[in-house]
Amino acid sequence: MVYGVLGFINFAHGEVFMMGAMTGMITSNKLADAGLWDSNFIGSLALVMFGSILVSMFLAVVMERLAYRPLRGAPRLIPLITSIGVSFFIQNMSIVLFGPASKSYPRRPDWLRDKHTFLEIEGARIMVIVAAAVSMIALWYLVERTKVGKAMRAVAEDSEIAALMGIDVNKTIVKVFAVGGAFAGMAGILWGVLFGSVIHNTGFLPGIKAFSAAVVGGIGNLGGAMVGGLFIGIAESVGPLLVLEPLGVSGVSQLRDAVAFAMLIAVLLLRPSGIFGERLRAEDRT
Amino acid sequence: MSAATPLLEMRQVNTHYGAVHALKDVNLAIYPGEMVCLLGGNASGKSTTLKTLLGMVKPTTGQVVLDGEVVNDRSTAYRVERGVTMVPENRRLFQRLTVRENLQLGAYLRNDNDGIASDMEWVFELFPRVKERLSQKSGTLSGGEQQMVAIGRALMSRPKVLLMDEPSMGLAPALVKQNFDLIEQIHEAGLTIFMVEQNANMALSIADRGWVLQTGRVVLDDTAENLLQHPDLRASYLGEA
Repeated sequence: MVYGVLGFINFAHGEVFMMGAMTGMITSNKLADAGLWDSNFIGSLALVMFGSILVSMFLAVVMERLAYRPLRGAPRLIPLITSIGVSFFIQNMSIVLFGPASKSYPRRPDWLRDKHTFLEIEGARIMVIVAAAVSMIALWYLVERTKVGKAMRAVAEDSEIAALMGIDVNKTIVKVFAVGGAFAGMAGILWGVLFGSVIHNTGFLPGIKAFSAAVVGGIGNLGGAMVGGLFIGIAESVGPLLVLEPLGVSGVSQLRDAVAFAMLIAVLLLRPSGIFGERLRAEDRT
Repeated sequence: MSAATPLLEMRQVNTHYGAVHALKDVNLAIYPGEMVCLLGGNASGKSTTLKTLLGMVKPTTGQVVLDGEVVNDRSTAYRVERGVTMVPENRRLFQRLTVRENLQLGAYLRNDNDGIASDMEWVFELFPRVKERLSQKSGTLSGGEQQMVAIGRALMSRPKVLLMDEPSMGLAPALVKQNFDLIEQIHEAGLTIFMVEQNANMALSIADRGWVLQTGRVVLDDTAENLLQHPDLRASYLGEA
């Protein structure tokens, strides 16, 4: 989404996600110490999410203001490189603030660890799937059905004309970062609850994978990014077992990242505009 | 005509891009109900004039006056709200958005939903084709239809004065005539129009008055009739030696 509006990939997005997870780690442990995490898990989780959404949003907005806005109008490569720098900066800031060791989340309640339903899926995973589905619908609604979303899409396509319509381009971009940050914060919590720990470079791989999902789906296209995400997710979990093991490759489940990025390369080679990438025809005017 | 207050005015405006002196002591006044045009070749300062009027570029000296108020330090959004907007060169629709969304964005600063709805009906009355295409992505429309949507989008802000940047640019010759008919049509519907054009002949045939801009300076300022007869203009823009 940020790509769509600004035209560059924000590699530091994964770090916003990591900071969301870190914030959640701190608040959830505090709540666990107070005994609330066990006695009222849903309420605590809501509180933890709220806190880390706020922090991530704030971080994303500050990042825009300090690192990207001064570069508005510079060639695309410049903010791209800057975003890599921002990414390192936040990682190291995390080491300074929280130390270099991996931090754990409190144990999640039993009912989230038990396997539910006939598919034998862990409760926590069900929660993640539900949360992801709900946030996708919310994001789709925001972008496609509200006035703010319309302004975001207008700025994404042609910021000069958007300004002519009376849209405040800077404010709209801040909103994009805020929304992106909020969702990254929420994802950070889901990660923390599901995997139980967080470290300063937690955001790196998910960040790169999210970028791959966006490329596979067709960049700057929300629906495409969602389908691309699902596609990569399924490919990396099913691919190694289904394709590589019969070929006699050993230790296949460790190759999931390789599979994910092989997909990225394949898509870039075969269909550079992505599954749903729309290339606007410049001339179809009579 | 000159007894009334101008809707939009430039007083002794100079605009610079860095070291480039793009507009030199430009004076323009557009009165309510007029259709006026600004002529000039490439790099004569036509686009800069529009950008200065809309606040996308700040003049170095001089004043931009909108409806009696000096708006030099006001944002584009403020000026749009006060009644000036532009149909940009090459239409510049939001191609990935539907026709309806494009029209709605034209009314972005307005909150009077009833007024917006009735203005949209008005646009459909002017351009019935637009109504048929409402839920289509605007990038899929033909050039002529896109021009209608671009004008419709501008009208949705309910402007007092409509600026048009090179309305005939990039259109097939057959469409150019049709396009000027559209402009006349909205002028007759009561809008004040300020048009910037290279197609001097066509523009002067529908305008009341005009200016000719040359390297940032107004060199001619006269009625359309006189300009059409002016020897210099005939030589340089109408292709007659």
